Amino acid sequence: MMSTRALGLGPALRSAALKPKFAQVAAVRRMVVKRGIQTNSLPPSASQEILNAQRLKRPSSPHFTIYQPQLTWLGSIANRMTGAALSVLLYGYAIAYLVAPTTFDSTHVIELVASLPDAVKIAGKTILAAPFAFHSLNGLRHLSWDMGKFLSLKGAYQSGYAVLGATAVTTVALVLM
Amino acid sequence: MRNSALKSSVRTFASSSARSQAVPTEKPVLSKQFKIYRWNPDEPAKKPTLQTYNVDLNQCGPMILDALIKIKNEMDPTLTFRRSCREGICGSCAMNINGQNTLACLCRIDRDANKDTKIYPLPHMYIVKDLVPDLTLFYKQYKSIEPYLKNDNPPEGREHLQSPEDRRKLDGMYECILCACCSTSCPSYWWNQDEYLGPATLMAAYRWMADSRDTYGAQRKEKLQNELSLYRCHTIFNCARTCPKGLNPAAAIAKIKLELAAD
Repeated sequence: MMSTRALGLGPALRSAALKPKFAQVAAVRRMVVKRGIQTNSLPPSASQEILNAQRLKRPSSPHFTIYQPQLTWLGSIANRMTGAALSVLLYGYAIAYLVAPTTFDSTHVIELVASLPDAVKIAGKTILAAPFAFHSLNGLRHLSWDMGKFLSLKGAYQSGYAVLGATAVTTVALVLM
Repeated sequence: MRNSALKSSVRTFASSSARSQAVPTEKPVLSKQFKIYRWNPDEPAKKPTLQTYNVDLNQCGPMILDALIKIKNEMDPTLTFRRSCREGICGSCAMNINGQNTLACLCRIDRDANKDTKIYPLPHMYIVKDLVPDLTLFYKQYKSIEPYLKNDNPPEGREHLQSPEDRRKLDGMYECILCACCSTSCPSYWWNQDEYLGPATLMAAYRWMADSRDTYGAQRKEKLQNELSLYRCHTIFNCARTCPKGLNPAAAIAKIKLELAAD
């Protein structure tokens, strides 16, 4: 009895005992094959270890690759990227001027720009003007949030579209300057 | 003769439709594809995949949760997800549906059968199985802000009294069901969830700061006075955009920032 209990065969044998002899044999054979896998009992204290082993293998679910593109977070990313790019340009130019004041002085820059074809000039101005306009105007939007304005979802969207529109107008104005 | 009389009397109790009744019109099959994130902890080496299921929308309830339950009941019992109340008050079935975090029970199925519906678990969370994320850290963060009334001088022999105006300050915050949709939609929370508390917890923190009956406001603010707990919020507004209960955690966090600045 002890051995059948260990294998979890108790109930199966009991029900088979009521059946005719040949069915009993077949049932026992089936059960032994089916329940041949032995489970080993563990103390409750082992649960933490099992959980930790499982946690190590858990994948992280996908995030920005599957999230719906929305003005909210794309606008925030654009604000960061334009801010970083403008800072790199500012610090890069300032350091370059420190290192080699003769090659990076105003006269040389003006001469270089004057020698470029018109298409490159306009493209270059757009590339500089658009991030500058967006970052400045979005900065105003952030300041108004910090003062407690436009804090509803509607306010966030309206101010977001207003910044995009104003960026377009400012960029064109700066390029035409 | 007697036999036929018995037969007709039995007929009246039969549940099958009588010949005189109209046959219900069969609805046409409207098959829509559901692509669902699958990962099984028993096979941890296998990468997470999207599994496609075809569901006849004319034989299914109107909500995403109905489709999930139908798939689990009729096609694949191994599909795993959390659900409980099916009416948007328990917050169990929070998941990312077509790119937006929401509750499956409150999200209608788009009946356009040409477009598939993609269902992922809440973003940037460790996955226990399929659509079930590990929310241990999320709950720990909620616990850390001590989300209960703290008052050193409770009124003797009666309840805490509060004016209707003071009570109104809690509207739009106390309704939070902690489904974690907002926190897991927040890019700041994706990158810094080990230290940034996230919109759900911060709104809960402000709910107790704004409560006129709580006397621990100064201590509650002091705990947030560091670089990461609160100030990783960059006013992105993904939280307010995604909240299935229509709440606005971004505004609550902005108010905490204002109060901390005024301190």
